[in-house]
Amino acid sequence: MSKTVPQTLPADWRDFFALTKPRVMSLVIFTGLCGLLAAPGSIHPVLGFTAILCIAVGAGGAAALNQWWEADIDAGMKRTAQRPLPAGRMDPVSARDFGVGLSVASVLVMGLGVSWLAASILAISIVYYAVVYTIWLKPRTPQNIVIGGGAGAFPPLIGWVAVTGQITLMPVLLFAIIFFWTPPHFWALALFVQSDYAKVGIPMLPVVAGEKATRRQILIYSIILLPLSATPWLIGGTGAIYGISALVLSGLFLGLSLPVAFRRRRGEGDPMSPEKRLFGFSVLYLFALFAALVADRLI
Amino acid sequence: MNGEFKPDEEYRRRQRARNNVLGVILAGFAVLIFAITIVRMKEGG
Repeated sequence: MSKTVPQTLPADWRDFFALTKPRVMSLVIFTGLCGLLAAPGSIHPVLGFTAILCIAVGAGGAAALNQWWEADIDAGMKRTAQRPLPAGRMDPVSARDFGVGLSVASVLVMGLGVSWLAASILAISIVYYAVVYTIWLKPRTPQNIVIGGGAGAFPPLIGWVAVTGQITLMPVLLFAIIFFWTPPHFWALALFVQSDYAKVGIPMLPVVAGEKATRRQILIYSIILLPLSATPWLIGGTGAIYGISALVLSGLFLGLSLPVAFRRRRGEGDPMSPEKRLFGFSVLYLFALFAALVADRLI
Repeated sequence: MNGEFKPDEEYRRRQRARNNVLGVILAGFAVLIFAITIVRMKEGG
């Protein structure tokens, strides 16, 4: 063995990529792109690409900072134990520097290349996720998902502002739709992974308030989502393609949340099928709703 | 991996892979900044 062999191996580039939560990023890119395409007006393709790239890189930076801060928590949960930091494949300083680097670079390029208003909202969304949600709310309140969900609601707003240069009612409504979609989406997940959250002391609603309260909250948010998702159509901001899609999709969402709201877990061996079905549909819901928004604008 | 595990080889392999990825990212970044500059100049912004 060579005498110059270092004590620890450097992290693989794939681990840095994993730190950006690529699956979450795909939803961020999609909703950001939809905001950009649905906005009135036009943007040069190079600047549009830059805006989406900055949204994605900013989200990746925030995700890296989230994983840097939560490494100990992640190590205690089966779902997250194999992430680069808890698995010991990367040192925390590299993860922190990577997260800060991506975040700063994304905001600067967005500001210099596209718009400083869009860059400001991007900066707020990164701080919101990495500090307000990850450090402050998540370990303290069972309403962490409700307020922290705002972080995931920023991409369409940023995409819209990148084109128009101003904040109007329509992008705020898109923000609100994702804001109200997030709690039922995450609580459906938390219902079937709640033992993991309880183990690491994260006060998720099912852990603190119990399953019954969580199921009731899922129903309340699903009910709110129905008129809220149709509001862009009702105020004349979109056409019928979006409006009818929103009503059908939100009706299905509400329909799937009903069996979740009015059932009780049948012992430890309960497969939690309605909860898993609602969680799966909630991802499809957001993709379909924003795809309808773009289709409505382009057709 | 076949045979004896050689940490120095693995170290160099990872460093090389990271350098390659970083090189591609920096090259892409330079092209992007160049493209943004051209577009901005054309738009007069």
